[in-house]
Amino acid sequence: MRWVNRNIGRRNSLLLGAIPILVLLMVYLVVSADRHAINPSDKILPIPGAMVQAMWGLVFEPDRLSGRLLFWADTFASLQRLGLGIAISTLAALIVGILLGILPPVRATFSTLVTGIAVIPPIALLPILFIAFGLGETAKVALIVIGVAPFMIRDIAAHMAALPREQIVKAQTLGASTWQLILRVALPQAMPRLIQAVRLSLGPAWVFLISAEAIASDIGLGYRIFLVRRYLAMDVILPYVAWIALLAATTDILLNWSSRRLFRWAHGANH
Amino acid sequence: MNALLSLQNVWVEYGDKVVLERINLNIEAGSFVSIIGPSGAGKSSLLRVLLGQEAPTKGTILLNDEPLKPQCEPDRGVVFQRYSVFSHLTVLGNTVFGLECAQAPLTARLFGARRRAAEAEAEEMLAAVGLSDNLHLYPAQMSGGMQQRLAIAQALIKRPRLLLLDEPFGALDPGIRADMHALITRLWSDYSLTVVMVTHDIGEAFSLGTRVLTLDKARHDPHAPHRYGATVVYDLPLKKQATVEAGTCVDNGAENGPEVNCIITVDETRNN
Repeated sequence: MRWVNRNIGRRNSLLLGAIPILVLLMVYLVVSADRHAINPSDKILPIPGAMVQAMWGLVFEPDRLSGRLLFWADTFASLQRLGLGIAISTLAALIVGILLGILPPVRATFSTLVTGIAVIPPIALLPILFIAFGLGETAKVALIVIGVAPFMIRDIAAHMAALPREQIVKAQTLGASTWQLILRVALPQAMPRLIQAVRLSLGPAWVFLISAEAIASDIGLGYRIFLVRRYLAMDVILPYVAWIALLAATTDILLNWSSRRLFRWAHGANH
Repeated sequence: MNALLSLQNVWVEYGDKVVLERINLNIEAGSFVSIIGPSGAGKSSLLRVLLGQEAPTKGTILLNDEPLKPQCEPDRGVVFQRYSVFSHLTVLGNTVFGLECAQAPLTARLFGARRRAAEAEAEEMLAAVGLSDNLHLYPAQMSGGMQQRLAIAQALIKRPRLLLLDEPFGALDPGIRADMHALITRLWSDYSLTVVMVTHDIGEAFSLGTRVLTLDKARHDPHAPHRYGATVVYDLPLKKQATVEAGTCVDNGAENGPEVNCIITVDETRNN
């Protein structure tokens, strides 16, 4: 049978998907045990026991200076920044994107501006943000918004502009005003696309979050990684990276699941 | 003039390309006008102008003796070949939409007793097109024929004075198409509709219509073919009872004798 026709069932694809991850883990364990045997104080590839020991303190023991459980405080601070940035971007994408896509005068006025902002590398604006908003939370959230909102706005606007002309005409022959058309025809059809845009934007959003935290912060997952880098503390960095991966993957799965639950009509004929 | 729709010297031009020229037409209430013609002859442009989707370059269009606004209004319903229904609404939601727009300007949604009344009206309309058993399906779950039935119900619930059909059955297979012909003929007589239908299918044009218009270029300039537009080259009135079943069009024209199926004498119109 040709490989293009080999469809893998659900159980088997879970099993197959686990294989490369397990192989990577095995390779890591073998290499780190090897290095540990030669040099028991090796810091580059710590053995799992060392990671558990290092993380134990961060997860369960209050920091002596601040009295906080650092791991959870880092996670909370980062997720708050990320959530705020994504929420603002999503709202902007929904409102501006729909208006740009549906109303030709708005598109003529603002689409050049949005495209112009979208092509600026956001990290280049980080100094401006720090100067304008200070080193606090605002600058970090603003970096995420500037980084992902233009992309999301353009994605939604393009999707709205691609709505069949027939639908827009039909809605008007059914008596819909511009407002009713936006509310009942454009908005509901933008929603599933918006969720996909959020899923795609989460990757870049994490990049901007970690960058902002690395440069100026006193708490956060990115801050911690860049702080302990000075001590070559791979036993903290690796679990933190794994934790970020877990958080990102969980959000992605939740978003996909909610899109399928909420917008059944958008996910094919066999729902 | 007692014509429902009247076009007087209508021209449609895009840049220096003339698509339609010198269109003079009077369409009486209750007629079923089929428009045929070769590809690119401006059939769809004419329909867009009637719909108000675009304004004619020259000329006037009167609907009930009032000039037509160059904007789609609920007095003209439309069914396109595709994309006529909203994929995010169920069958019932699609049909109720027109009532919601009229009755709830701000939210475009109805609640409580008004919603139940609107849904009852929509269900009645859906029963008329044969979709009673599929009220809660989404368009993606239905066949092409069912989607077109829905598009027709959705348009008719607004009781349009004029129903415009743009190749409504072009994408359907022949069996379903025959069912749809019977359906549209029945609805046309039950609801005393005035229908303008653009089609590629000449058989369909003659079996459904009470009048067949042919659009084509009457003049031709070989050096600048785009400078002459299409116009109505044949205007064939068919006499036919509204009650006949679709597909068995009977022409009662006196000269042709009885029982002549769809044989028409061709008169060149004074448009040329």
